[in-house]
Amino acid sequence: HKKKKIAARRKWEVFPGRNKFFCNGRIMMARQTGVFYLTLVLILVTSGLFFAFDCPYLAVKITPAIPAVAGILFFFVMGTLLRTSFSDPGVLPRATPDEAADLERQIDIANGTSSGGYRPPPRTKEVIINGQTVKLKYCFTCKIFRPPRASHCSLCDNCVERFDHHCPWVGNCVGKRNYRFFYMFILSLSFLTVFIFAFVITHVILRSQQTGFLNALKDSPASVLEAVVCFFSVWSIVGLSGFHTYLISSNQTTNEDIKGSWSNKRGKENYNPYSYGNIFTNCCVALCGPISPSLIDRRGYIQPDTPQPAAPSNGITMYGATQSQSDMCDQDQCIQSTKFVLQAAATPLLQSEPSLTSDELHLPGKPGLGTPCASLTLGPPTPPASMPNLAEATLADVMPRKDEHMGHQFLTPDEAPSPPRLLAAGSPLAHSRTMHVLGLASQDSLHEDSVRGLVKLSSV
Amino acid sequence: MPPVHNLQELRRSASLATKVFIQRDYSDGTICQFQTKFPPELDSRIERQLFEETVKTLNGFYAEAEKIGGSSYLEGCLACATAYFIFLCMETHYEKVLKKISRYIQEQNEKIFAPRGLLLTDPVERGMRVIEISIYEDRCSSGSSSSGSSSGSGSSSGGGGGAGAR
Repeated sequence: HKKKKIAARRKWEVFPGRNKFFCNGRIMMARQTGVFYLTLVLILVTSGLFFAFDCPYLAVKITPAIPAVAGILFFFVMGTLLRTSFSDPGVLPRATPDEAADLERQIDIANGTSSGGYRPPPRTKEVIINGQTVKLKYCFTCKIFRPPRASHCSLCDNCVERFDHHCPWVGNCVGKRNYRFFYMFILSLSFLTVFIFAFVITHVILRSQQTGFLNALKDSPASVLEAVVCFFSVWSIVGLSGFHTYLISSNQTTNEDIKGSWSNKRGKENYNPYSYGNIFTNCCVALCGPISPSLIDRRGYIQPDTPQPAAPSNGITMYGATQSQSDMCDQDQCIQSTKFVLQAAATPLLQSEPSLTSDELHLPGKPGLGTPCASLTLGPPTPPASMPNLAEATLADVMPRKDEHMGHQFLTPDEAPSPPRLLAAGSPLAHSRTMHVLGLASQDSLHEDSVRGLVKLSSV
Repeated sequence: MPPVHNLQELRRSASLATKVFIQRDYSDGTICQFQTKFPPELDSRIERQLFEETVKTLNGFYAEAEKIGGSSYLEGCLACATAYFIFLCMETHYEKVLKKISRYIQEQNEKIFAPRGLLLTDPVERGMRVIEISIYEDRCSSGSSSSGSSSGSGSSSGGGGGAGAR
């Protein structure tokens, strides 16, 4: 037998959702990123013009603190924007085939029907949270019952925890894990926009006092452009910040607010069960609470025989591996005694080191102004899904750029890839060699446990 | 594909009967808690009290991870002040607790579950949705089991040559 070296693939390469990955899985974005590039350009260009044309004059005339403050604000805006756009919003991994089968069995039992060829009617589970009845819906794509406040994003084809909305301006969903970054982004962008607007006006006024208004405009034409961009941005961004401040203080998501899930008045029947009662606690929890790790382990290695999650119905099938696996399970083979099972458990369970610190990528930014989610505040609220479609239709192909280009541009922080636990287990050399034979694996599989148990048994 | 072939050979020795899934308990909100209801499939395999204790300890760990209080606020504010750069070098409190949880689960498997033919899977591997408990069937006598293990070791170290040893 020749030992063929199978190139170990990472999980992001077979991720079932409609996401784009860069930098070998470190960066995760939605499929349509055109509007995000527009946001970047607006911010970079406007801030760049401000630093180049207005700051020299203002620094000398008034105080050098102006470019300093603008610099800090700009740095913060770019940092939070990139974090919002590149991080995992809280995607829920799809159910493993065993899980899905178990759930379907329970649904069939509850419905009293045998598993037929057609899809049973959508099932909901009811839970009582803090005295309020909440319905959990079953997601047919992900084959799970969605946790409360989770929602399935049709654009990214993922269930996202505490789903707020899909923002085309940041090119990603906004959910549990990146909501605070999103909020910080729009808040700092509001300050930056107002700041730039105010000082551009100051600049023009000061110049007008010396040389007259028209001459002032001629001397610094960039200021006009900046003023225009800022003027239109201020209304939308400041409005959006206000809206999200309200959402945070009442601990609601955009999704819930638009659907009118919870009533604001006290004593009414459908009060918000997630609110902590007072504004201060709600704000603290939303902005300074603990960040849960990414559940999808983008950079982990796929084990060849790991059961892959439920395949989407669009024809991509990953059941090949699982079928053979189940055949193996069903074979009436001997299991060793419980000693073997003990050994299996004794070896460190292969658990993928969730790339927790590595999946948030902070990149240095460039100046500019954007109007994120502007359409949210204009006119009556529209359902989140329709907005991106609108944006997509009009702006999707504004910035055609190669995805790889983006990846190469950025400085990636130096990080050690999470070592497959097999090798890090500190086991004898034969053990690790065997592991190589079995392939790099970073996902816990019960059969892998038994395999390692056997190997350990052999080395005893 | 030799490595997979080996895997399949080895897998034949493991006879997985069924899996039980302990679902999430949402009655306290969106925090991560699991139901302590005892699944009927485990009735003959493990004592109710041991099982409940395990799940309650896990729930305690998750509550600790998601606890909102002085230290978590401090961590959040510090992270915000450094524009979240600090996450590149520091492990969050949640991550530290997750590591504790995985160590605990391993320990539980060794001490309590494996001797009873059960295996716990860390919920983080299943999207924090379920605690997966695999139930193994113990079918063969120790005689055949030793031959199975030797052939298993043969195939594992021989890299495929052991397949014929069976």
